Amino acid sequence: MTTFPLLAALLPFLAAAAGLLLSRWPHGRVSPAGAPSPGHGHDGRGGNDAAGSSAPADRRANQRAGWIAVVPTAASAVLAAWVAWGHGFGFLTGTGTSAAVGETYGTIETGGVPISLTLQADALSGLLGVLVTVVALAVQVYSIGYLRDDPRYPSYSAFISLFTAAMLLVVYAGDLLVLYVGWEVMGLCSYLLIGHWWEDRGNSRAAVKAFLVTRLGDVGFLFGIFVLGMGAGSFRIGDVLARVPEMSAATLVTATMLLLAGVAGKSAQVPLHTWLPDAMAGPTPISALIHAATMVAAGIFLVARLFPAFAAARPTLDVLAVLAALGMLGAALAAFAQDDLKRVLAYSTVSQLAYMAGGLAAGSDTAAIFHLITHGAFKALLFLCAGVVIHHVGSNLMTRMGGLRRELPVTFAATTVGFAALMGLPPASGFFSKDALLVTMEGALAGGLTDAAALLLYGCALATVAVTGAYATRAWLRTFFGPTRTVALPEPEPGTARVIDTREAPPTMLVPVVILAVPALLLGFAGGVHLDVPVAATSVALALLGAGVVYAAWRADPVADPARLLGPLRVPCERAFYVDSLYAAIFVRPVVWLSRLVVRTDDTVVDGAVRGSGRSAYGLSGMLRLAQNGNVQLYVSGLLAGVLLIAVGAVVFT
Amino acid sequence: MMGWVSVALIAVPLAGAVALLVAPDALRPVLRIYGPIVSGVTLVLAVVMLAAFDQGQAARPQFAVDQPWIPGLGLRFHLGVDGISLPLVVLTALLTFLCFAYLGWGGGRRPGQLLSARPGGARPRALVFTLLVLEVGMIGTFLALDLLLFFVFFEIVLVPMYFLIAVWGGEGRRRAAVKFILYTLLGSVVMLLGLLLVWAQTGTLDIVALGDAHGAGMPRAVQVLAFAAIGIGLAVKTPMWPLHTWLPDAHTEAPTVGSVLLAGVLLKMGTYGFARIAIPILPEGAVAVAPWLGALAVVGIVYGALACLAQRDLKRMIAYSSVGHMGFVLLGFATLTTVGINGALFANVAHGLITGLLFFVAGGIKDRYHTGDMPSLGGGMLATLPHLGAVLTFAAIASLGLPGLAGFWGEMLALLGAFQPGGGLPRGLFLTFMVIGGLGAVLTAAYFLVMLSRVTHGVPSVPAAPAVPGVHAVPTVPAVPADPGPAPVATGAGSDAVVSGAGSDAGATGAGAGAVVSGAGAGAGLDERAAAVSATAEVTGDAAGWETPDERPVQPLEAQPEQARSPGRDDGSPAAGMLDVQRYELVAWVPLIVLTLLFGLWPKLLLSLTTPAVQNLLGALS
Repeated sequence: MTTFPLLAALLPFLAAAAGLLLSRWPHGRVSPAGAPSPGHGHDGRGGNDAAGSSAPADRRANQRAGWIAVVPTAASAVLAAWVAWGHGFGFLTGTGTSAAVGETYGTIETGGVPISLTLQADALSGLLGVLVTVVALAVQVYSIGYLRDDPRYPSYSAFISLFTAAMLLVVYAGDLLVLYVGWEVMGLCSYLLIGHWWEDRGNSRAAVKAFLVTRLGDVGFLFGIFVLGMGAGSFRIGDVLARVPEMSAATLVTATMLLLAGVAGKSAQVPLHTWLPDAMAGPTPISALIHAATMVAAGIFLVARLFPAFAAARPTLDVLAVLAALGMLGAALAAFAQDDLKRVLAYSTVSQLAYMAGGLAAGSDTAAIFHLITHGAFKALLFLCAGVVIHHVGSNLMTRMGGLRRELPVTFAATTVGFAALMGLPPASGFFSKDALLVTMEGALAGGLTDAAALLLYGCALATVAVTGAYATRAWLRTFFGPTRTVALPEPEPGTARVIDTREAPPTMLVPVVILAVPALLLGFAGGVHLDVPVAATSVALALLGAGVVYAAWRADPVADPARLLGPLRVPCERAFYVDSLYAAIFVRPVVWLSRLVVRTDDTVVDGAVRGSGRSAYGLSGMLRLAQNGNVQLYVSGLLAGVLLIAVGAVVFT
Repeated sequence: MMGWVSVALIAVPLAGAVALLVAPDALRPVLRIYGPIVSGVTLVLAVVMLAAFDQGQAARPQFAVDQPWIPGLGLRFHLGVDGISLPLVVLTALLTFLCFAYLGWGGGRRPGQLLSARPGGARPRALVFTLLVLEVGMIGTFLALDLLLFFVFFEIVLVPMYFLIAVWGGEGRRRAAVKFILYTLLGSVVMLLGLLLVWAQTGTLDIVALGDAHGAGMPRAVQVLAFAAIGIGLAVKTPMWPLHTWLPDAHTEAPTVGSVLLAGVLLKMGTYGFARIAIPILPEGAVAVAPWLGALAVVGIVYGALACLAQRDLKRMIAYSSVGHMGFVLLGFATLTTVGINGALFANVAHGLITGLLFFVAGGIKDRYHTGDMPSLGGGMLATLPHLGAVLTFAAIASLGLPGLAGFWGEMLALLGAFQPGGGLPRGLFLTFMVIGGLGAVLTAAYFLVMLSRVTHGVPSVPAAPAVPGVHAVPTVPAVPADPGPAPVATGAGSDAVVSGAGSDAGATGAGAGAVVSGAGAGAGLDERAAAVSATAEVTGDAAGWETPDERPVQPLEAQPEQARSPGRDDGSPAAGMLDVQRYELVAWVPLIVLTLLFGLWPKLLLSLTTPAVQNLLGALS
């Protein structure tokens, strides 16, 4: 049992290695020396298919890769569930304070504070481990159908396995630096998977942006680990938390602020949130797994993991509260104005993550984790449903959708559950977790946060409930109701799913959707129901208000976009308040300019000095050469002049 | 008692090189396997050393040999390894062996395998000789425990590397080689002065004795002066900003194996000198100079990264990335902490593996596309050459310091060292260095990802050369725009044709290329692939790259059968593309990939070797 966390993380890792190396074995061998490979061959990752053309996928390889991906993930899920079994939902109810299960697999002496390779599971990580493995399993199964005809499915599924391993490493890590390893590898997988359809330069750019923005935060994160670890004299999470009371306030505030940079990067919080909407360029199952349910939740998980340290650093919590308040409302407004269904969900994810961050800032890690779990279920569900819709329509844009409830009845029902949970309508899971968060934020008004920050947070949270109701209703209505606008595109652009001609999605896609719909609906009852009736009533009323307004606008004109309700704010919301343009102007362009300057300087100044010294030495020798011209008369005259000089010198100076 | 291993590590490649001089005719037919065998024996010896190394005593020199060398001057032939030098010795033996394997595997006729016959003469015997002498110098540098012996080996390396660049290099090879040797020689002279200063003050050249003394007997001013002098010499080799400008030129022009050894081993000699000589022997000097060293190091990190962002040439970009990575190594040394120096030594080895791999891949790309100019590569490599693109992606990601791969630990530990510098260094200053270094790591990620995006992503543009009547008519387009130079290559064959443009009729081009190959005569024999469309470019590219008519007569060795085969094959499959990763490349690359993963996942392997040695060398500072 103590080795289960290690095994759970190791299995997907091995699956990734096997998937990459063995899927096409021995088929994918490079043709031996001398023999030119046939032009239509598709050996290796990606094959020789040109962009956009649907070259025949290697079905056998895809099938084998599917098995290699699904079986270890399933085994991992079983192990994670086993590990979590004893704790149950103890973390949420506050009853499970039992010791962590795990082992230390050696210590790396670095000459300073050692790194201990510890993998362990306590109540918190046990719960997260189950979430990760279950969603990963659902996504792996779903992907078999979604990317059935994709020639790069083997590498795709291997990267998902690698991601699962990395995320489990984060969840089960007992040492901050081990956690950091998993943290960064997740970022790599996110990069590789966003760029899955790399034929389109836009996808490639989105992948690079996602990696760089998160990496920027991760540098702060690493330094935060340094401060915390050096302050505590150990990188072990248990030791660090045990020494929080002894650490100075300055150390804690510095460390948590730096950690916050990493959290903001990974969890797409203001001001590092800009990569997440662009990350929707990846295949939809990826968006469900990485950019909704698990990786982006890692930041929230980290704060919860180190919550005693954050709780002891009041200024950090204030900052977190303000960022969360701005993020949740801004992202919800941006979600309301998007036309791309996946971008709606992406901004919705930013907004919901900000809810969790707000809950943490208000002082409740259990409420935040509760919402993290329910959000993981219902947002993954929403993304997978969106994937079915996109698969069906062949476009991400809601202007191309509409009236799909008859064509996709199962998906419609599942999406309805998902949106109900997102809006926080009873009895869906989101209702309970959002209620817990709102209660916490209301409680922070009485203390725990600076008054202004607490007020801002609670106000924004309530406003966001209404806006969430509005954008969820808008997306639901525009996708499944109204006139049918489906036009099956003859040849989808790279970056969108391939059109298939079935009415409802294949079972590999529908089964995960249906299975995920169950927790999205019922998970709210986990860990006992604690409702604050006034707060719950307020939030439901607000959500219905937002929904009602949108419904009224939609009824008035089912074809027009209810986003017109925003009026003059619509364009700024659609452009997410121009943050991207701002960053391009103040970060990207100066760096590009600076790099050109460096290249020029390097050539003209730094290397110019080197070349100049060479030239001047050459020139100097040229002058000296003039003296060595072979003219004996000149030599003799020089000699005589020298003798004369010496003689005169000898006479004068003696 | 095991001292023979140290001697044998130098003697085997040396004997191998001498044998080439003594019995050239006997060895000529077996040259392809001769190099791998000699370097393989050396590698086996290095592995024996690794296996027999007593890890509990990693701080002390083992396998020591200590014989009088020039008794009149008190010079001794003192060799040995400890935890600092052992990984570098094994790395050197490994990389040399992989280079030979790369050159000689299979038929040895692929582009990049310089042992094959090619127009202008391949000089295979000279190449093997050069590489073996290079190995003697490199291993000797890491084994030497006498200051002057160290210097001798340090200098021996320059000569074969000069020839490697000047004879087997690209277009601007002469300038690059001259710049390389003059620049590094100048640095060495300054270093020699510093070494002599130490000798004059202490009366001994024994590194072990000097290291144990930790600077006793040398006043502070002398130590500072000696550290600065030795440091400059080492910094040129490392290279440290702003003494780096020989590096991009040398790397861009060097042949693939030259680049690999240059980045993989030669740069390490500079950083190794800091760990072996400068810091342990002159601790007070180190404390005085460390802030400057750290400052120049972080400038190098950011400067190197920014220079990479705007590079067009792939090999040049990797060369500049070395400046950045070596900045992390120097920063680690500058912290004067066990953690920092551990990090520096780790980053050293990791850089040798990863950048070696990067240069192998870049060489492979250049052999296929005949240009390293990224815009001309046209993108979409994952579609045209999926395996090559995948290896490039792996190497780039490893190089940008992803945790879980070898590149991370060194950089992380160097930054951790800067968080709390030792030796009473100003903490605020080093915290600033740490932050700048961290931002440099982001920029490092930026340029590698932008490079991957440009080269491996996107829709591939079908490479097609214009159908030209003959080799002579190919327009001269410099492949490396940054290096126009006085262009000593005055061949009639023209220069590298940039392969780009829309897909013309492949069949017609193929026929044209076939005609070109048979017509060119001497140009045939080097093209075994069926790339009809790129055949024209290949002939011209290689003619420009390898031929120097003013120096050597054209010697088409064994060209006859190839010549007969090539046109037929070109006509046979006109539409085939470039070949993906080949066996001979896999043989050289897979060990590097495996080690990168191994050290990344299990950094303890290396850290357990270096930690005691580093604690010992820091002495009173730690």
